Order: sequence, then C-alpha cells, then structure tokens
Amino acid sequence: MAELNRTGLYDLHVELGAKMVPFAGYDMPVQYPLGVMKEHLHCRAAAGLFDVSHMGQVILRPKSSDLADAALALETLVPVSVLGLKEGRQRYAFFTNDEGGILDDLMVANRGEHLFLVVNAACKAADIAHLKKHLSDTCDITEITDRALLALQGPQAEAVLADLAPGVAEMRFMDVAVLSSDFGDLWVSRSGYTGEDGFEISVANANAERFARALLVHDAVEPIGLGARDSLRLEAGLCLYGNDIDTATSPVEAALTWGIQKVRRTGGERAGGFPGAERILDELDNGTRRLRVGLRPEGRAPMRAGTQLFASEDAAQAIGEVTSGAFGPSIEGPMSMGYVTSEHAATGTTIYGEVRGKRLPATIAALPFRPSTYKR
Amino acid sequence: MKFTEEHEWLRVEDDVVVVGISEHAAEQLGDVVFVELPEEGTEVTKDEEVVVIESVKAASDILAPVDGEIVEVNEALVNNPALVNEDAQGDAWFFKMKVADMADLDEFMDEAAYKDFIA
Repeated sequence: MAELNRTGLYDLHVELGAKMVPFAGYDMPVQYPLGVMKEHLHCRAAAGLFDVSHMGQVILRPKSSDLADAALALETLVPVSVLGLKEGRQRYAFFTNDEGGILDDLMVANRGEHLFLVVNAACKAADIAHLKKHLSDTCDITEITDRALLALQGPQAEAVLADLAPGVAEMRFMDVAVLSSDFGDLWVSRSGYTGEDGFEISVANANAERFARALLVHDAVEPIGLGARDSLRLEAGLCLYGNDIDTATSPVEAALTWGIQKVRRTGGERAGGFPGAERILDELDNGTRRLRVGLRPEGRAPMRAGTQLFASEDAAQAIGEVTSGAFGPSIEGPMSMGYVTSEHAATGTTIYGEVRGKRLPATIAALPFRPSTYKR
Repeated sequence: MKFTEEHEWLRVEDDVVVVGISEHAAEQLGDVVFVELPEEGTEVTKDEEVVVIESVKAASDILAPVDGEIVEVNEALVNNPALVNEDAQGDAWFFKMKVADMADLDEFMDEAAYKDFIA
C-alpha cells in the first residue's frame, strides 16, 4: 500500500488521542476519545473543530486579469453561474462529464482577482488535471499546498473565532474574506458541511497547529473526527462524493437542481455550454427515472449503504438502493439517503429496505433531516 | 465470569448462563445504537448468530457460545442500546440461556486469560 499522506495537524491529532484511519490517501482522525456520538452532539451544542486539510485548495487566476474570463472559463466545466457570483461570495458547484454524471462537487469563491476552489481529497488530482486540460489557455491553475484547511462548526463557532479574527462576526452564510490575525492571513468562508453555522479557514501550514490549539483552548471547542463529520453531513442532507453522487449520477437525479442557476438552464442567457448539457437540460425539463431522497427507517435499525429498496414487502424488483445510512444522534433515530424510481420519491411514501433478509418499512423524508442553522 | 475469543462474557447463574459482550468489545464497537434480540424459547447451536448489534460504525453480531435454549432476553437494551457502552459487563447482558452441557463452558478463558488475549 502506498505511503499515506499526513496533514500539518497529524501530530496534534495523535496527541489528542485520535484513532487514525486511511481516508482518500491521508492518515486522518476518525474519532477522538469523546467518541462519534458525543462529538456529533457537541458540534451541534457548542463548536467542533475539523481538520479538512486533505481537501484540495486551488486558485484559478485569469491570464487577462479580468475575472470574468476565469468565471466564463470555469462555466464550461460546471452547470453553475460563476459569472453571477459576486466578489466576496462563495457557491456550491459540481464538475460534470460528457454523460452528465458528476466528476466531483466543490465550492467556488470569488476573491476579486481570482477564483478560489475547494475540492474533495479523493478527486483533487483528477480535478486539477481536468482544470489544466481545459482551462490552461485562459487561466493559471495553482494548487495551494502550503496551507491547511480547518472547519469550525456549531453555534459557538462565531464567538470563538471572533476572539482571534473579529471580522468574522460581520460575515453571512457563504461570504468569504481574508482576515489578518496572529496566525497570518486567514482565508475564511462562512460555510461548512454539517448544517451548522460555522466557518472554513485556510491558514498557512506553518501556523496551523498554533491556530488549532488557540481554538481548542476554548471550552466550547472539541476536535471532531471523520465519523461524526459523516453523521453531521447526513443529518444536514448533504451528499458525500463517491457515495451519494458520482459519475453515474446526474445533478438532476441527485436533486441538486438548486445548484443550477436559471441563467445556465434552457432559455437562460448562458444556457448549456457545460459537459453533459444535453442530458442535464433535458432532465431539468422532463424529469428523471430516479431521484435522490431522504429515508427515515421505522424502528432503530439503520439502513446502511447498499441496502436494496422495494415498493412493497413482497415485490421482486428493487426500486432503488441506499447510498448513505447511519444513526442520527441529533434526530435520535436512523436515517438514510438513496435513490428510488421517481414514482416512489414523494415525501411520505412508505417503502421497504431489505436488512439482513427482512423487509423493514421506511418513509421517504424531506431533506435535511434536521433544519440547518446557517446565518443568512 | 468466563470469556470467549469472540469477546463475549458468560456468567453462570443457577442453571442458566448469562451472556454479554466484554468492555473491550463495547469500546471497539463504539456507540451502540441498535440491538436486535432473539425470541425467548429459541433453540440455538454454537456459533449461530443470535443478536445483531449496530454501532455508529457498523453492524456486528453475537454468536451463541454453546448449544442451548434462549430463556430470557434483556429488553432494556432495545430501548436503550447505549447501556452496552455504559455497563457492558453488568446491566447490559443480552440473553440468558439454558445450556445443553455445562461442561462446554470449560474451554473458555477466565478473566486473566482474556486480558492476556486482548493485550
């Protein structure tokens, strides 16, 4: 097996007693001594600190010095309005392929002179190659490797971070800013992947551990591992790339149509012009055979990824499959996400998941399972 | 108290054997969120799956340590699976069984041997 990469916070994780596991080529903390359940609940009650330095940070700089050129170039790879993204703002996007599948999901921020992208760890090499292959004529594409990325999430996140960088208090959900601090310039976005208000902070590797310690000094802050990160994002109804979305799922099937602005749809000023546009625009107008939905199993047994879904207790043919499933500590019950044929996708529909040979009832539920608390 | 290599503990109580999982096993599983118990009166054979445990991490099961009959199950675990993490070797027993041959228990480890086994 190839040697695992380490983030700049590896030694700190070990010192904090983390259990380390391989994840996307990195040796990452899956949980700390608090344990997955308490870490999850702590993040929702106070604040949780996550090391997400394994994710890719990429700068897209227009060769013309006109940011619109970079925005329009990126629009050839994503069905998202990048040109419409104002300076100091961030939005969710996804790279599509020619078949209309999803290559990766990402965040795009307009930082005035350039675009700043955050992509998934497992996809970052392919994403950067993809950007370089298609956008090199118009943009300089630089992977940022000398900065760590931390997420501070939860109701106390603002109060804690404001101690170190007061400017964060003025930011709204999906704002981005560069704030100076005792830890050098912090590239801050008011966002995250837990459904909580919170921040993602890019900090120079040289200052990352000192910065993390300064946050952990607060009683409100506990370090949170990948285990709780997964149950937090699932309660928030957010997709995990590789599980809930991949090259075989289109953004319309994945119920990510909210991420495709009107201007890129049929009849819009910049309609189409991204890979797989034919399929995706057709699906936006005419629907899809299957859809991503939330599922609340009855009882306490979780329906995990791979669970086959059926319309009735005795139907022979499956109508879909679970792609993520776990116990939701905050909703105090099992929750799943998966794909079902569109005629069974209406909220409130009862379907059945086959768990250990038994068909157990579950109800199609609206996502998120727990209302998000973003500061809009 | 005796221990199996499957990290179960067994305690003889009059003519029945009480079965649970070790503190070590509970710690490895992580927070338990779901427990499915067998029906009382079920005849089981050694190594048959009798209990399903789901933790925040994964599903696993408890095997029947010996041949016998399930005579009582701990319903408290169904409503409060977290009890497994709180008191694995006490209140969080899973089932009691009438054992066909008590001599079958002789092969299992005592606590000292089990501690060496997991060390």
